[in-house]
Amino acid sequence: MPFIPHTEADIRAMLATIGVSSIEELFDEIPATLRTRELTGIPEALNEMQISRLMHVRAQQDGTPLNFVGAGAYEHHVPAAIWEIVTRGEFYSAYTPYQAEASQGTLQLLYEYQTMMTRLTGMDVANASLYDGASALAEAALMAVRANRRSTSARILVPASVHPIYREVAATITGGQNLTLEVLAYDRQRGTFSPQSLDSFTGEDITAVVVQQPNFFGLFEEVDAITDWAHANGALVIAVVNPLSLAILKPPGEWGTKGVDIVVGEGQPLGVPLSSGGPYFGFMATRKEHVRQMPGRIVGRTVDLDGKPGFTLTLQAREQHIRRSKATSNICTNQGLLVAAATIYLSLLGSRGLERVAAACQRQTSTLVRALTRIPGVELVFDGPRFHEAVLRLDRPVAPLLSALAERGIVGGYDLARHYPELGHALLVCATETRTDEDIELYASTLAQLLGR
Amino acid sequence: MSNIPSNLMYLESHEWARTEADGTVTVGITDHAQKALGDLVFVEVPEVGRTLAKGAQAAVVESVKAASDVYSPISGEVVAHNAALQGSPELVNQDPYGEGWLFRIKPSDPAELEQLLDADAYGKIVAEES
Amino acid sequence: MQEPLIFHHSRPGRSAAAQYPADAVADVPEHLRRKRPAGLPEVSELQAVRHFTRLSQLNFSIDTHFYPLGSCTMKYNPRACNRLAMLPGFLGRHPLAPESLSQGFLACMFELQEMLKEVTGMKGVSLTPMAGAQGEFAGVAMIRAYHRARGDHARNEIIVPDAAHGTNPATATMCGCKVIEVPSLANGDIDLEALQRVLGPNTAGIMLTNPSTLGVFERRIVEVARLVHEAGGLLYYDGANLNAILGKVRPGDMGFDVVHINLHKTFSTPHGGGGPGAGVVGVGERLLPYLPVPIVGRDDDGRYRWLDERDLPHTIGRLSAFMGNAGVLLRAYVYMRMLGRDGMQRVAEFATLNANYLLARLRAEGFDPAYPERRASHEFIITLKRQAKELGVTAMDFAKRLLDFGFHAPTTYFPLLVPECLLIEPTETETKQELDAFIAAMVAILREAEQDAAKVKGAPYTLPVRRLDDVRAAKQLDVAYTEAESGA
Repeated sequence: MPFIPHTEADIRAMLATIGVSSIEELFDEIPATLRTRELTGIPEALNEMQISRLMHVRAQQDGTPLNFVGAGAYEHHVPAAIWEIVTRGEFYSAYTPYQAEASQGTLQLLYEYQTMMTRLTGMDVANASLYDGASALAEAALMAVRANRRSTSARILVPASVHPIYREVAATITGGQNLTLEVLAYDRQRGTFSPQSLDSFTGEDITAVVVQQPNFFGLFEEVDAITDWAHANGALVIAVVNPLSLAILKPPGEWGTKGVDIVVGEGQPLGVPLSSGGPYFGFMATRKEHVRQMPGRIVGRTVDLDGKPGFTLTLQAREQHIRRSKATSNICTNQGLLVAAATIYLSLLGSRGLERVAAACQRQTSTLVRALTRIPGVELVFDGPRFHEAVLRLDRPVAPLLSALAERGIVGGYDLARHYPELGHALLVCATETRTDEDIELYASTLAQLLGR
Repeated sequence: MSNIPSNLMYLESHEWARTEADGTVTVGITDHAQKALGDLVFVEVPEVGRTLAKGAQAAVVESVKAASDVYSPISGEVVAHNAALQGSPELVNQDPYGEGWLFRIKPSDPAELEQLLDADAYGKIVAEES
Repeated sequence: MQEPLIFHHSRPGRSAAAQYPADAVADVPEHLRRKRPAGLPEVSELQAVRHFTRLSQLNFSIDTHFYPLGSCTMKYNPRACNRLAMLPGFLGRHPLAPESLSQGFLACMFELQEMLKEVTGMKGVSLTPMAGAQGEFAGVAMIRAYHRARGDHARNEIIVPDAAHGTNPATATMCGCKVIEVPSLANGDIDLEALQRVLGPNTAGIMLTNPSTLGVFERRIVEVARLVHEAGGLLYYDGANLNAILGKVRPGDMGFDVVHINLHKTFSTPHGGGGPGAGVVGVGERLLPYLPVPIVGRDDDGRYRWLDERDLPHTIGRLSAFMGNAGVLLRAYVYMRMLGRDGMQRVAEFATLNANYLLARLRAEGFDPAYPERRASHEFIITLKRQAKELGVTAMDFAKRLLDFGFHAPTTYFPLLVPECLLIEPTETETKQELDAFIAAMVAILREAEQDAAKVKGAPYTLPVRRLDDVRAAKQLDVAYTEAESGA
C-alpha cells in the first residue's frame, strides 16, 4: 500500500485495541446512504518508476524555449545552493512555526528575511509573506482603508500603468467590501503616470494612491511628486515594486518628503524559478505606526526563560485564529518556503551582487530593444530609462507572430492587445541577465525572417 | 476570586462604569476580565470627541492569546482617554479599577446607567462562568 | 545550540562572486537612484550554505519527527512529488508561455481537475486559489455572486459553527458578509434547533467542516443540507478535514454546493514552514458560472487551453497574477496518481484507524476524550481540564514537554470551546511503533505531572531555546535587526 506502513499484524492488533472487528466499522457514524461506492474517475495507481516516466515525457513535451516575456515573472539565475537547502526536509516538511521552541530555524530565517526586506524597501517593518504580488496589492488596499483613519471614502486611485492583472485581482479580492479602485489614465506620450493628473482630485477625500515602480511597461514613474501629492491630500501611498530593482532604485521609504506608507510586490525575482506561475510570494512592508493593520504573520525577537534570545510569532491578535471575523485578513498559510529561497538568494547576492544583476538586466533589455527595433516595422513605443521591460509596436497583429515564434522555440513577449488596445499592435518584451547577446540575436533574426525583412 | 467593588456598575461583557462628581462616567474592564485575558500587550482607546452609542465598540484590549472588544456601557461623548495605556498596557492588569481605566464619557442619557448591573448581579455572572 | 544572525557572519567586501555578473552599470536618473547600498549580508557561499543548513537543523519537521498537529494533516510528503514537479520543463516554463508550448503541463492540470471533481463529487474545479483561506474566499464570493445574479440582494449572512476555524468568520467578513455563529451540542453535532432559528431570508450560506473541528462526523448532515437549502442558502464545505473521508463519502453527495480542498493537507504537498499551500475550489451545478479563472479546458481535438473571462463571463475573477501555485498543484497531481483509485480510499481508512487506536490507548491510560461517546474521525480531542485543576499542569505544558520527548506537539487550545484541549491527528503514514512511542511519552509526562508538576511546567529543556516570552515580543516589538542596537 503506497505510503501506508501497516502490516496485517498491526491492523489486527489495533482493531482489537479499539474493540471493532474491521476498519469499515470505524465509519459507522456516516449515514449508509451517503457512502461512496467506487471512484471510477480515478485511474489505477502508478508506482514511482511509472509516474516518473510520465512526468518526464510531459515536461519534455513543453520543451525549454527561449524566454523574452516578463510581465510580472522573471527568469533569473537561481544559485544551485538555494533549492538544495530549501528542499531539506527540515524546511520543506515543517508546519507554520506555532511551537516556537521547535521551529527556531524557520523563525530566525523569517526574522532575517523581514530585516532584509525592510532594508531593501526602506521601511520599518515587513511581514513574513503573502501569496503573491497581485494579492498583496489587494491586501494593501484593504490595509490602507483601515490605516487611514482620516479618510472615510475608501477611494483608492490606481494608475493604468500598474500591472493590469494586479488591478483585476485587487478588484476581485476587495469586491465584497465598499472600496473603490479608480483607474487613472497614463500619459500616452511617455508611458508613465503624470503626477499632474492628480490635481483634479485635490481637496477630495482619497484614501490611498497606488504607484508601481518600475511600472508595467518597465518605465520609471515620478514617485516623489506622486508621494508628496498624496500626503498633502491626506492619502496614503501604496508602492508596488520589483524587489530586484530596489538594488539600484531609490527605496520607497525615501520617496518624496516622507516616504510611502505601504510597500508590496512580487518576490519571485529573488531566487524563485518561473515554475509556471507559482508558487511565488508576495511581500509587504510598512511604517511602524501601521504595523497592527498589517495582515499576515510577523516574527519577533524576544528572550526565553533563561534570558537567551529566541524568535516567535508575534502580534497574533491581528490574525484570524484569534480575532476571527474582525481579523486584518483571512490569510493563514502563506508562502514560507519561497521566503526561505529569497532569504538565501539575498544572502548569496548581497547588495553588490543584487546591484550587478539589476544592472545586467537593464543592459540586456537595452540590447534587446536595439536589436529588435533595427528591424523595419518594429518600433519602440516609449523612450527613456527602463528596467526589464519595453513596449514595441509592430506593423501587424501580435498574436499570430507570437505563435510563429513559439513554433521556433521562442516565447516572444506579452501581447498587449487585451489590456492596452490603444497602443495598437503592441508587444511587451523582456530580457534579464540570463539572456545572452546570442539569444537576443537569434530572436531578432527569427523575428526579421517572420516579418519578411 | 476576582475583585468586584460594590460601588461600581457593570456590563455582562465585563466592563465597569463609575459616575464621577462632575457627572462624567469612567469606564474600564473588570478584574475578572483582565485575569481571563492574561498579560495585556496592547490597548486601543477611543479618540476624545468621538460619540458612542450604548453598546458600541469603544476600545480593544489585546493579550498575546486573545483580543477583546470593549463596549460602551452608555451613550455619550468621549471626554478623556487613558493615554498612559499606550506605553503601559499592564496598568489594566495591575489596577483595573484605578490606573487601568480606559476612557471617560459625558453621558447623553444618564438614565441608561440604571440599566447596568450592580456588583451582586455581575458577581453571579462571573461565578457561572468559572 | 544557537546560530548567530546571518548579519553577524557578514564582513565588508566578502561575497559569493560566482553568483552574479562581474560588471554592469545601472542606468537610472539621478533623482530615482538608490544612494546607499541596501545593507544585505556580505558572506561567502559556504557561509550562507552553512548558516541556513544549521538553521534548518533547529526545526522539527515530518521528515525528522512525528508531528500529530490536529487539523493540519502532517503526513509524509513523498520525495517523488518534489523531484518530478521540479523537472526543468515545468520549472522553466513561464506562466505566459503560449498554450502550444504548455500542453504537457496543462494535461497534468486538466487531469488534476478531473480527479478532484471525482473525489469531491463536484461538477467543476478551479485550481487557482493559493491557500485554504483563498479557497474559502473564492467559495463565499461565488455564493454571493449566485444570490446577486438572482436579484437576491438581502442574503448577506454566513452561518458558522462556534467550533469553526478562524478563517471561516474572517473570510465571511472579507467578502462583506455578516457572521452568525451557531453552537455545537454536547455530543459534538451542530445544534439543529439553533440553526433553524438563524436561517431565513438573509441567509447566504453556511460554512461547515465535516468531520468537524471537534474530530467527529456531523451525523445529521443531510438534514442540515435540507434545512439550509429550503431557507434559500448554500452549503460551503471547508476541506480542512477531507483526509478523514477521502473515498468514503463525498461533499457533493452530502449536499454541499462548494468545497475547497487544502492540497497541502489531504494531497500531501509540503507545508514548507508555513506555505505554499493550494486551496482549490470545487462547485456543484449552480455555482459553475462563477468559478475563478483561469481554468484548464480541453477542446474537441484533445488540445488543452486556458479558459478565462471570455469563456466564463460571470466568473468572480482572478485571485493571483497567473494561475495560482502551479508547483504545488503538480506535486498533488503526482501524489494522486501514485495513490490511484484504491489508495485514495485507504487514506481515510488508515488515518481513521490510527486516530481511533491512539484515542483508545490514551483513554485506557487515563486521558479524557472530549467526546467520549463518539468515534474519532482522523483526529480527536483530549481535554486536560481535570489535570489542569488537580495538578496545575495545562495543555500548553504537556505540549512543551512532548517536544523534549522528540514529538511535535498536537494542536493546543483549538477548538476554543473545549478547555485545555489537545487536538491530535496522527495521519495514515505513521507506524504503530511510532504511535506507541507517542503514547508512552504522554503517559510518562502524566506521571511526571503527578510527581513533579514544576518539571513539566518548565519544559522544554532540550531544545535550542526554552519557553519564550511572548508578552515581551509583543510589547517590545523587535521585528527587524539593526546593527546599532546589537553591539554583537
